[in-house]
Amino acid sequence: MKEKILKAIEKNTKLSAKDIAVMLGEDEVAVAAAIREMEADKVICGYPALINWDKTEDEKVTALIEVKVTPQRGQGFDKIAERIYKFEEVEAVYLMSGGFDLTVVIHGKTMREVATFVSERLAPMDAVLSTATHFVLKKYKEHGIALVGEVHEERMLITP
Amino acid sequence: MRNPLNDKVVNIKPSGIRKFFDIVTEMKDAISLGVGEPDFDTPWHIREEGIYSLERGKTTYTSNAGLKELRIEICNYLERRFGLVYEPNHETIVTVGGSEAIDIALRAMLDPGDEVLIPQPCYVSYEPCTVLADGVPVIIDLKAENQFRLTKQELLDAITEKTKVLIMAFPNNPTGAIMEQKDLEEIAGVIIEKDLFVISDEIYAELTYGYHHVSIASLPGMRERTIVINGFSKAYAMTGWRLGYATGPKEIISQMTKIHQFAIMCAPSTSQYAAIEAMKNGDADVAEMVESYNGRRRFVVNSLHEMGLECFEPYGAFYVFPSIRQFNMSADEFATRLLQEEKLAIVPGTAFGACGEGHLRISYAYSIENLKVALERLEHFVTKLRNE
Repeated sequence: MKEKILKAIEKNTKLSAKDIAVMLGEDEVAVAAAIREMEADKVICGYPALINWDKTEDEKVTALIEVKVTPQRGQGFDKIAERIYKFEEVEAVYLMSGGFDLTVVIHGKTMREVATFVSERLAPMDAVLSTATHFVLKKYKEHGIALVGEVHEERMLITP
Repeated sequence: MRNPLNDKVVNIKPSGIRKFFDIVTEMKDAISLGVGEPDFDTPWHIREEGIYSLERGKTTYTSNAGLKELRIEICNYLERRFGLVYEPNHETIVTVGGSEAIDIALRAMLDPGDEVLIPQPCYVSYEPCTVLADGVPVIIDLKAENQFRLTKQELLDAITEKTKVLIMAFPNNPTGAIMEQKDLEEIAGVIIEKDLFVISDEIYAELTYGYHHVSIASLPGMRERTIVINGFSKAYAMTGWRLGYATGPKEIISQMTKIHQFAIMCAPSTSQYAAIEAMKNGDADVAEMVESYNGRRRFVVNSLHEMGLECFEPYGAFYVFPSIRQFNMSADEFATRLLQEEKLAIVPGTAFGACGEGHLRISYAYSIENLKVALERLEHFVTKLRNE
C-alpha cells in the first residue's frame, strides 16, 4: 500500500488521506497512519510546490556547478557534501560518477550572487579542487512536469 | 427539382448527443464530464514513430487490409492479451477507427430485412449503421438491476427467425458494464443454438478494473461466428489517429476488406506506423493509464454515493452510470437544468437508447482536480433539487 500511496502523491501532494484512500480502495485511517509513518521515516521528506519562477516578477537564477573534491579519510565524500549542502542557497547536491565528484545546484537572485557564493564560499574550501559553473538559461521540464507550452483542453466538451 | 436525398438517410434521427452538444458549445465557461475519450495524450514514443514515418517519407497508400507488419503485431497482441488466435493475412483488417469496422461488418453480413439485436444503452452508431446496411435493428433494453449485462432470457426473448447478428459492446459505453466469462458462457449456448453471428465491439477491452477482459470469441464454438472489433483510441489514447481493426473468419473479413477497399482504400499510413509501436511497446503505458483511471473511478463512485446517487460499480471503460430516478424528472431535463444552472455538462442516458432514461453518463477521463470541481457542482445541484 505504501508504494501506491507514494505513487499517488508524487505527482499531486494536494490529495488528502481520504482522497488517496478512496482512490486506492483502502481504509482512510490506515492510509493516514502509513503517511505519518513515512513522514517520520523521512521516506516522505516534504511537500514542496513546483513553481515556474520565470512566470513571476521574481528574478531568480539557477546554476549547476560541477565540483571536484578530495574525499576525506574515513568519511569519503559525505563530510564535504554536508559542508556544502548546509548553505541555504544550495538547492541540491548529488555525488556523481564520471569526470567530477559533486553536482551542486544553486539558486540565487542574480548571477553576481551565485558567482560570489562560488568564489567566496565553495571554491576556497580546502577539499575543493576545482569548480565549473553552468548557468541555467531556461527550464523546460522539472519533476516530470513540463514548464513550458500552453495547457489547454483539446477535446470537445461532449463526445459520444 | 427532384428530391436529391435518400429516404433511409433522411429518416435517421440525429444523435441525441448532437442536440446537447449544440447547447453546450453556446455556453461559455461550462465544464464537462461528457467526453468519451481519454484525457491522456498519446504516449510520446508512439507519436515519435508517427513523426519518424513522415520524416522517412512513408506517405503512400498501404495494402488495403493495412500494413502487414501491423497486422502481425495485432495478431500477436490479441493472442498475448486475450488468447485470441487469428491469422494476419486473411483474418485481420485495419480500419479507420472501430467505427468503420462496425459499419463494414454490418454491410458485409446483412441482407435486407435481417434483424440485428442491439442491447442498449450502447454506443450511438450501431442502430443507424444497421439501418444503412438495410438491416432491422431490434433493441434489447438492458436493466440496471442486472448491472446492464445481457442475460440469456433477454437474448432469447428478442430472437426471431430473422435474427442474424447480435452486437455486443462490453466493456460498455455508456454504462461501464462488463460481461464476465460466466455471463458470456450463458449466452454463447443460445447464440450457437440459434445460429447467430456476433459483432463484438471490444474497444474498451484494456480498460477493466479488477477483471481481465474475456472476449466472447475465445469461448468454444464462438470464433467462427464472431467478428472482434478493437482499436487504438481508448487503450492508447489515440482517438484522433482514427485507427481500429477487425478480426474474424476469413469469409467475412474478405468481404469487409472489399467494402473497405472501395470506400476507404486504406487506413492512414502515419497512424499505422505509430500503431506498430503501440502494439510492440505500449503495454506499460496501458497499465499506467488503467491504474490512473481506476483511482478516479473509485473517487467518482464514492462521491456519487456520498451525495446519495445510486449507481452500481462499473468495472470497465471510463464511465459511471448513476440513477437520477429519485428526482422524478427525465434524464434530458436533469442534464439540461444541470447545464443551465450549474454550467456542468453531463450526457443524459437517453442519448444511448430509450432505456438509458433515469440515468446519466459520467465520464471520469478527467484529472482529479477537474472531477472535484465538477462533482461539487453536481452535489450543489442535487441538494437544490431535494430542497425544491
